[in-house]
Amino acid sequence: MTTTYGPLAIWAVVLVVGVATFAIRYSFVYLFGRIDGVPPRIEEALRFVPAAVLAALVAPAIVNPGPTLAATVLDDRFLAGAVAAVVAWYTENMFATIAVGLLALWAVGATL
Amino acid sequence: MFPDDFLAGVRTALPSLFGLIPFGLVAGIAAVDAGLSPLQAIGLSFVVFAGASQLAAVDLLSQDASLAVVVVTAVVINLRMAMYSASIAPYFEAFRRRWSMACSYLLTDVSYALSITEFAEESGTDRRWYYLGLGGAIWAVWQLTTVVGVLLGTGIPESWGVGFAVPLVFLTLLVSDVSDRPRLVAALVGGTVAVVGAAWPLNLGLVGGALAGIVAGVAADGGDA
Repeated sequence: MTTTYGPLAIWAVVLVVGVATFAIRYSFVYLFGRIDGVPPRIEEALRFVPAAVLAALVAPAIVNPGPTLAATVLDDRFLAGAVAAVVAWYTENMFATIAVGLLALWAVGATL
Repeated sequence: MFPDDFLAGVRTALPSLFGLIPFGLVAGIAAVDAGLSPLQAIGLSFVVFAGASQLAAVDLLSQDASLAVVVVTAVVINLRMAMYSASIAPYFEAFRRRWSMACSYLLTDVSYALSITEFAEESGTDRRWYYLGLGGAIWAVWQLTTVVGVLLGTGIPESWGVGFAVPLVFLTLLVSDVSDRPRLVAALVGGTVAVVGAAWPLNLGLVGGALAGIVAGVAADGGDA
């Protein structure tokens, strides 16, 4: 899919995300000596941000609930994603995961 | 030309650079696939310099999500860097302001993880040069692979399904992050809510999934302790 947003909106996203990301990176370096660090309760929640957000990003791209369980599982993206997940688990190698996942998507697409 | 500690930093980064190559390529390809111009795609890598958040922003832009959702999602993904900032701040304190700002800009998962172990040892290494070598190498490879990805992306037909590489990148990052039970709970809950809410307006499935996952992770962790 292609965005319908114009250049102004896209550059605004680039700048706002960039400035906010730099502010996060620089935050405690700048504040050093003035505050002690991340409060423990916030730090506890921050630990789970990557797992929660990454799962929320990846799951809808792979799991497309069908009318039956079989229809959900026998889906090219689901099967390719499952194969890729196994590769990611055993190798923790991004290149291998992408290569096998894309090949599986093509193979399953040609089979189903 | 470069001090020894700078080169030592580059050497420390070397193994991780190979892992960065496919990630950077996908970031470039996905950005042009989503309809960003080559300059916008390269600008995104240059200004934001944070892969997972760049891919999330590009992915949501391609779906024409609201700009607020695009920005909030990308920024939330980077919130974890506040922990790195707090942890590394004592070592940046001795640097001049412009250098501590430059080093902060170079702060990533990898540059943090690799430098903090060296910093913690009182080994006499010049920390600024070491960190600049390490972070600079990561930065250079990221920019270069993004440019190559942009060039490739303009030549790859969409029918090849290369867009599926984006969730595969997220999947790799997710699998390596899920290192204990509470994180697994956070991922399962976050993913389930996002699937159930995939058709909800304003990408509430994504936002709700992320929040539910974080709450579930904290609860599971409390239950373990």
